[in-house]
Amino acid sequence: MSLNVLGAISLAAEGGEGEGFHAPTPAEFYQPLIGHGDFAITRPMVVLAISVALIAWFLVATTKRAAVVPGKGQWVTENAYNFVRNGVARDIIGSHDFLKFVPLLFSMFMLILVNNLFGIIPPIQYPTMSRIGFPIALTLLVFVIYHAVGIKKNGAWGHIKHMIPPGLPKGIYVLIIPLELLTYFVTRPLTLALRLFGNMFAGHMLLLLFITGGEYMLIHGGLGLKVAGVGSFGMAFVLTAFEGLIEFLQAYIFTLLAATYIAGSLADEH
Amino acid sequence: MEGNIAILGYGLSAIGPGVGIGLIFAAYINGVARQPEARGVLQGIAILGFALAEALAIFGLVLAFVFK
Repeated sequence: MSLNVLGAISLAAEGGEGEGFHAPTPAEFYQPLIGHGDFAITRPMVVLAISVALIAWFLVATTKRAAVVPGKGQWVTENAYNFVRNGVARDIIGSHDFLKFVPLLFSMFMLILVNNLFGIIPPIQYPTMSRIGFPIALTLLVFVIYHAVGIKKNGAWGHIKHMIPPGLPKGIYVLIIPLELLTYFVTRPLTLALRLFGNMFAGHMLLLLFITGGEYMLIHGGLGLKVAGVGSFGMAFVLTAFEGLIEFLQAYIFTLLAATYIAGSLADEH
Repeated sequence: MEGNIAILGYGLSAIGPGVGIGLIFAAYINGVARQPEARGVLQGIAILGFALAEALAIFGLVLAFVFK
């Protein structure tokens, strides 16, 4: 499947040749461009590479000749940076040592935001994060960092002890220790990765269903189905706008939670 | 009629988070209505709570596709 061809159209064409409408399946998301199987260059890989080049170009181009009175591009960059620096990092981590983490949080926010928005930008229309491997890689980074800063601050044993809230009666430790360890080592990374993946995957699937379904009803259906097809396309428009909101929100939530976890490891006491 | 019954499981797993997210945003709207200047602080907390409540629905969605 070529990069600039809408996956939806060729899918619907395939569906039209068969005996009826084929609803989109999760297999639709695996789109190798070169090779097949374990080692293949797939569409999300290319999209990610494009996004990295685009972000790097945009950020360098808008800040190289920074003026006191910002132009349009510089204004966008400054606002995005301000949003992450003040709205996320400083508010969550605290003014003492948030500056160290701003580069990480800002690059993570930009990467996720641009990749998510690619899900509804026409020539690309593929949210990279709907392949589970990409959120896992980002989450692994956050996971290692929030444990590393905790160990650096409190020592390995101190970091473990830091996870358990102090001042509890002895008997309850039997219950609370496994729960807290589970939270720090399993639930947090799992939900962080799955939240991003699940939202992108489900949202894109929904769009795919409404667009291919609308196309099928409009072209192959009877009169009543044609009317429903128009409605389906209308829903696709509405949901595309809604997806834009969700995509921004997920980038924000991922950054926010990463900052929260780092702040939790850095906090002096509960 | 054919399909995957695991999707019904996803429907069930979406009930709880749906109610929870509704409660969170109801509280958020209430808070902002009573004290509009606290909006900035409340927004972060509301989004955080929303993300945590949503996790269960996301688990349901993923498991619906994992267990075929």
